[in-house]
Amino acid sequence: MNPAHVAAVVTAYTVTPGLMDALQITILVLVAAAATAVVLIRAPARQVIALSVYGLLLAVLFLAFQAPDVTLSELTVGAVALPILLLLALAKVRRREK
Amino acid sequence: MSPRRRVWVFLAAMAGLAAFYLWGLAGLPGFGSYPGPYGYIINAIAVHQTNATGVVSAVNFEYRGFDTVGEEFILFVAATGTATVLRHLRGERERAPADEDRDAPPTSEAVRMTALILTGPTVVMGWYLASHAQTSPSGGFQGGVVLATGLILVYLAGRFLAFKRISSVDVTDAVEAMGAGGFAAVGIGAVAMGLAYLTNFLPLGTIPGAVSSSGTIALISFFVGVEVGAAFILIVSELLDQTLLLGPGSR
Repeated sequence: MNPAHVAAVVTAYTVTPGLMDALQITILVLVAAAATAVVLIRAPARQVIALSVYGLLLAVLFLAFQAPDVTLSELTVGAVALPILLLLALAKVRRREK
Repeated sequence: MSPRRRVWVFLAAMAGLAAFYLWGLAGLPGFGSYPGPYGYIINAIAVHQTNATGVVSAVNFEYRGFDTVGEEFILFVAATGTATVLRHLRGERERAPADEDRDAPPTSEAVRMTALILTGPTVVMGWYLASHAQTSPSGGFQGGVVLATGLILVYLAGRFLAFKRISSVDVTDAVEAMGAGGFAAVGIGAVAMGLAYLTNFLPLGTIPGAVSSSGTIALISFFVGVEVGAAFILIVSELLDQTLLLGPGSR
């Protein structure tokens, strides 16, 4: 099968290319902004929340780029699992400091 | 080196980096272009060969099933390592869970209520994801993490003792080993029938995309879900124990 055929398939779910481009550019900019925010925020607990939002945006990015399986993985790991582990580690460190 | 000279060295290095970076960017294939043949081949034949409409799962658990076994055991070893590093040392004792609210504000009713409402749907969602790898872009990995999240919601709902019961290390350890072992055993099952390791030896079903279709793909995804869910609960509950643990010197 050659790429031209794949691109020509039109279904009820096909989105006009211009709209898809706009969506992809928007989400790329949002991801870049969120990544910058994660780096700039210095308070660890807030940084974890920002990281979680960043993970969520990254999941949307993967969806906009037609990778629903990676979306699910990023959603579970980036937006949920990693922040939980980091928050637990923070709780442990703070208790020790007390 | 004087600060002025340092700036010049920095600027020269930056210019070099920028030049190479732009050179590299110029050589990239166009946006969305895919030069390799394998994606198109898999897209054309995977559904006919495996009866799985979730082609990503077919690739993960069938075409490159052996790689996935390796990845599976990475997580298994990571969870085992976490349990080993965070084991209770001599002289460490656990605070009573009742102490928990002493130096922290109590969990708000809104959080507890939301967690309580979300627990059921989250567990159902995780179960759905883990058992529908063959028909959707989901799979055991995502399903397992969502299942584990459901149980963590039990903790957020303020049911600490219930969470401790669910996440007893002995049970999660055994369930995790069962998941990882099940995956490996499916592969050995094929060997026992005289086929190559991880060959799909179960009936593929007649309707592509039916839940009962795709043979070992669905079975392996289920085992992966069990393994990942248990591993994640194990890691989280070990870390949670740590926050409740007192060293030999503390109060």
